[in-house]
Amino acid sequence: MATWQLKREGRDTLIQAGSAVAKGKIVEARDAPRLLEAILRPGDRVCLEGDNQKQADLLSAALLAVDPAKVNNLHMVQSGVVLPEHLDVFERGIAKKLDYAYSGPQSARIAMMLFGGKIELGAVHTYLELFARYFIDLTPNVALIAAVSADRDGNLYTGPNTEDTPTVVEATAFKDGIVVAQVNQIVDKVPRVDIPADRVHFIVEAEKPFFVEPLFTRDPAAITEGQILTAMLAIKGIYAAYGVQRLNHGIGFSTAAIELLLPTYGERLGLKGKVASRFALNPHPALIPAIESGWVTQIHSFGSEVGMEDYIRARSDIYFTGADGALRSNRAFSQTAGLYACDMFIGSTLQIDLQGNSSTVTTSRIAGFGGAPNMGADARGRRHPSEPWLKAGQEADPDGQPLLRRGRKLVVQIGETFGEKNVPLFVEKLDAVELADKLKLDLAPVMIYGDDVTHIVTEEGIANLLLCRTSDEREQAIRGVAGYTDVGRGRDKRQVQNLRERGVIRRPEDLGIDPLDADRSMLAARSIKDLVRWSGGLYTPPSKFRNW
Amino acid sequence: MEDLSLHHLAPQPAKGAQKMAIVGVVASGNLEVLVERVLSDLECLIEIRTAAEGFGEVWNAVVADFVERYSPGGLKFSINDGGARPDTVSLRLAQAVRLMEGEQ
Repeated sequence: MATWQLKREGRDTLIQAGSAVAKGKIVEARDAPRLLEAILRPGDRVCLEGDNQKQADLLSAALLAVDPAKVNNLHMVQSGVVLPEHLDVFERGIAKKLDYAYSGPQSARIAMMLFGGKIELGAVHTYLELFARYFIDLTPNVALIAAVSADRDGNLYTGPNTEDTPTVVEATAFKDGIVVAQVNQIVDKVPRVDIPADRVHFIVEAEKPFFVEPLFTRDPAAITEGQILTAMLAIKGIYAAYGVQRLNHGIGFSTAAIELLLPTYGERLGLKGKVASRFALNPHPALIPAIESGWVTQIHSFGSEVGMEDYIRARSDIYFTGADGALRSNRAFSQTAGLYACDMFIGSTLQIDLQGNSSTVTTSRIAGFGGAPNMGADARGRRHPSEPWLKAGQEADPDGQPLLRRGRKLVVQIGETFGEKNVPLFVEKLDAVELADKLKLDLAPVMIYGDDVTHIVTEEGIANLLLCRTSDEREQAIRGVAGYTDVGRGRDKRQVQNLRERGVIRRPEDLGIDPLDADRSMLAARSIKDLVRWSGGLYTPPSKFRNW
Repeated sequence: MEDLSLHHLAPQPAKGAQKMAIVGVVASGNLEVLVERVLSDLECLIEIRTAAEGFGEVWNAVVADFVERYSPGGLKFSINDGGARPDTVSLRLAQAVRLMEGEQ
């Protein structure tokens, strides 16, 4: 007789095997490797929760401690490859194949292991893309996740860093998979239920809290005058020009400079209430002065940020918070918000080529994409109009029929022409292309495709690519803001002058920006301590950002 | 150390009436610019003392663009450079010209 519930029965058998090392759902930390040996089969798809910030570090160590004769050839499907253990499992043969989205701190080692054939690469995804595949062809058999606390039934409290957890659990638990949670503590009653107990099969209490990295803190003390000038160009030439209310900021000093100029330079331009009021954004400390000055209406967050917990709790008018008062973040929803409900993405990158393609991959580092490609892409399924979206669409296609013309999302790449260690931002050919050749990939890892980029802003000026009509114009517009890099010096001066006359390129003097304003005194906060002061002492920065 | 001396003819005399101004600091990756209104109307002189050798071509390009964009006729610039990037040099020169214009 045909049976249609083989997977459920298989799952139940494995849970029974795992229960041998558990008391109810609770497993002692030292028994975690034995639990994993009981519930994992060779070749299983496993999500070892590595988010952008929160890491299931105890379960990573437990997975590394299993017997490779019993558990091997796993297919890891996780958004973040962040901890050394995430790659150690490949060295030991416990895991074989990898599908992921982001690998910031492990970017050099992951490149080395890919070159050495230690990892079979599925693909590098954007967050939303990997989450989507969890429901179609990369559904985890087992999810190893992290939460702040659990009750004895298995209800989980994820705290401010909910991040990817609901998505991972949804895909695993409802498709006959097993969910194991490490928690900082087991309590009688959780402060709020982020994950209901019937989706959680085992709980392991960790001796120390899970690891969280403060990824979104930029010290205002390190912001340069060049970045301030670039930020002023963006505010006056893009935020004000398009009336951008709904947006996402990437991480980096250029966007931190914008955040710190809103209450000073932005105020002087009379932009308060007219731009930058609604964000899909992590809780950037650099936005505190703008929030305190009444610029910001609402923020939805992908994750949290270390040290911002009390501030968020006290500013629930601005942030999304739960019944317990703490932030509720959710990466999948926030990415969707950034894709469909924001009119602008502005962020930095490491390399931009002559057609505006950008990448953070270099020949020795594969940092992955994270969310930038979702934020930094035109959503072809978008249907609701807004002023900036319609204006950008009109600039791209002035002769189109207004009622049938698509709007355009503003996708802005911002940076100084020379980055860290004087490495030029502009290149003839992306390192990503060379890497794809070497690794024989079908696709070069491009962060944002040139045809999605609408503006490039450097200290030399703004290039509006929406107004370019040919690929040659596009190239000259990019060269025209590339400063004294080789790409910039290779410009056709006459053509660049012509683009400037047409407003395709705008220099600081074209926008009436006084170079004397490019001064650190223009920043609303000039140090981390200033940010603490603006927050009324509610922001408590991690020790590495304290120097007082 | 390398010394460079660049002469240009500006399209117009610099605006304002300030006699002298200083902007920036001598530090690694930064520069100090002393600017004086001591030359004839269209003449412009830029004297550079730089810690980074072998960048004459970039200095030529930065200074030529600066003269074209800001027309600093009559001004003499003395630059003490701590190996600043070209974009920082451009910004400081622009700031120096603005200071010579006085309050707007």
